[in-house]
Amino acid sequence: MAKPKPRVKVPKKAKAGEVITIKTLISHKMESGQRKDKKTGELIPRQIINNFKAEFNGQLVFETDLEPAVSSNPYIQFSMKVPESGEVVFTWTDDDGSVYTTSKKIAVG
Amino acid sequence: MKCGGKGSLRWGAGLALASLLVGAGAAYGEPNDNKLVIDGQTLTTEAAAPEGVELDKLYSGWRFRSPETQELQTDDFENPAMVAVDQGAELWGTVDGSAGKSCMSCHGEAEASMKGVRAGYPKWSDKRGKPHTLETQINECRTDRMEADAWKWESSNMLGMTAFVGLQSRGMPVKVQTDGPMAQWHAKGKELYFTRVGQLNMSCANCHQENYGKMIRADHLSQGHINGFPVYRLKWGGLGSSHRRFKGCMENIRATPFKRGSDEFVALELYLASRGAGLSVETPSVRN
Amino acid sequence: MLNRRDLIKYGSAGAAVAVLGVPQLALAETVPTTDDRIKEFTGGAQIGEGKVSLSTPEIAENGNTVPVEVSVESPMTAEDHVAEVLILADGNPRPGVATFKFTEMSGEAFASTRIRLAMTQDVVAVAKMSDGTFQMARNTVKVTIGGCGG
Repeated sequence: MAKPKPRVKVPKKAKAGEVITIKTLISHKMESGQRKDKKTGELIPRQIINNFKAEFNGQLVFETDLEPAVSSNPYIQFSMKVPESGEVVFTWTDDDGSVYTTSKKIAVG
Repeated sequence: MKCGGKGSLRWGAGLALASLLVGAGAAYGEPNDNKLVIDGQTLTTEAAAPEGVELDKLYSGWRFRSPETQELQTDDFENPAMVAVDQGAELWGTVDGSAGKSCMSCHGEAEASMKGVRAGYPKWSDKRGKPHTLETQINECRTDRMEADAWKWESSNMLGMTAFVGLQSRGMPVKVQTDGPMAQWHAKGKELYFTRVGQLNMSCANCHQENYGKMIRADHLSQGHINGFPVYRLKWGGLGSSHRRFKGCMENIRATPFKRGSDEFVALELYLASRGAGLSVETPSVRN
Repeated sequence: MLNRRDLIKYGSAGAAVAVLGVPQLALAETVPTTDDRIKEFTGGAQIGEGKVSLSTPEIAENGNTVPVEVSVESPMTAEDHVAEVLILADGNPRPGVATFKFTEMSGEAFASTRIRLAMTQDVVAVAKMSDGTFQMARNTVKVTIGGCGG
């Protein structure tokens, strides 16, 4: 599998106290662990993104545990109340221990 | 199970076809009237049928999808194919092969140089003595000019690149050459389109010309246009080429599929593109 | 090869195997049911209805990617907010889908994702409020099987 690529959509500007919508997507096969290899008949081991979280200036905004029923290329949308200018850091955790991150700045004004 | 001779197979095929094409209820009979607007740009999802095409009107496959599936294509962030487009954009500027070149070395910014390209493929190549699909053109650039390895037809690199290049033509009308040296390829594609094959003894036309708009079990049959390829299919959970889709159709009617990139599929791709002339390029589209 | 008479003859032995064998198999891999997961989440507390809005398509064209959106009525303050929402798919081999965890920073208890549904079934959302009460909503999604490439 190619290295998962995260994509995030965050408004660049917001008013103080405004509730904004954040959209995220990461390329990942989300192998459920329930599919069989067509050739060998063996179960393909589970490998999914099992956790996603978003932090703003070090404070947790939103977190989700994911199970194999989440579709490939997992898409997650949520809201955030913007208190001040700062940076949102996004973290996806893979079953194999890999961690993928990206970040976006928001300016209040 | 007992299998009869040829006669009973035919009979079976007739039954199968009849039972597949049921329940063309009024609610499902027609494409829906939704408008495809992507980030402010309106795309053409219906057009007059080109000369020689026996359809009242052309409708993009998008018009046959449910509102939830349609919505995935109306926002470039929500469209899951855009991950592959990002990958293609990165590859565009990445040097590969012993000539030390990237796509960008010759073509510059794709936004300008690749505008309109997708709309005109497959395209005649004097050098090959046959048409180029976008895939074979990309591989010719890779092997001859970049001196890099060719990509496999359905590889993630190839799909990312065809999606990225295709996106530069989004909204432009499909228009392929069908005369001159392309005429015999076009004729071959047309012949394939109307030829019944496989155990179910069906042609492309049986579903996509004669019965579009009806339900094939729980699926709403489209006219089978290819203006959105490579397409992100929910079933695949990823992008796929038109030739992959052709293979799937042939397997469904229990025919032995041609290979991706075969002369047969290139001819069929050309004919299908010509049937959809005037519809907007939707690459990368989203279907069920 | 066994014929029908043999089957009748060995039928009782087969039943014994079934009685002894199946619970052992079940022990080897226990998949919690939807009810198990809800009980684990709520600790058996009563669950109210009316505050959770769950949005799903009535018919999904393909079970591989079904959009699910959930929101819960709440002022989302430090004193009164939605802590977590558990999403379950009742008819999947494993009902677990996702657990959304909100904070004061969330502004509103809203999240959406795309999920896999193996067949026509109910999607369930259970919300845990900061005061320890629970709310839920349940929607049926019809999952179609494509005729072509289904």
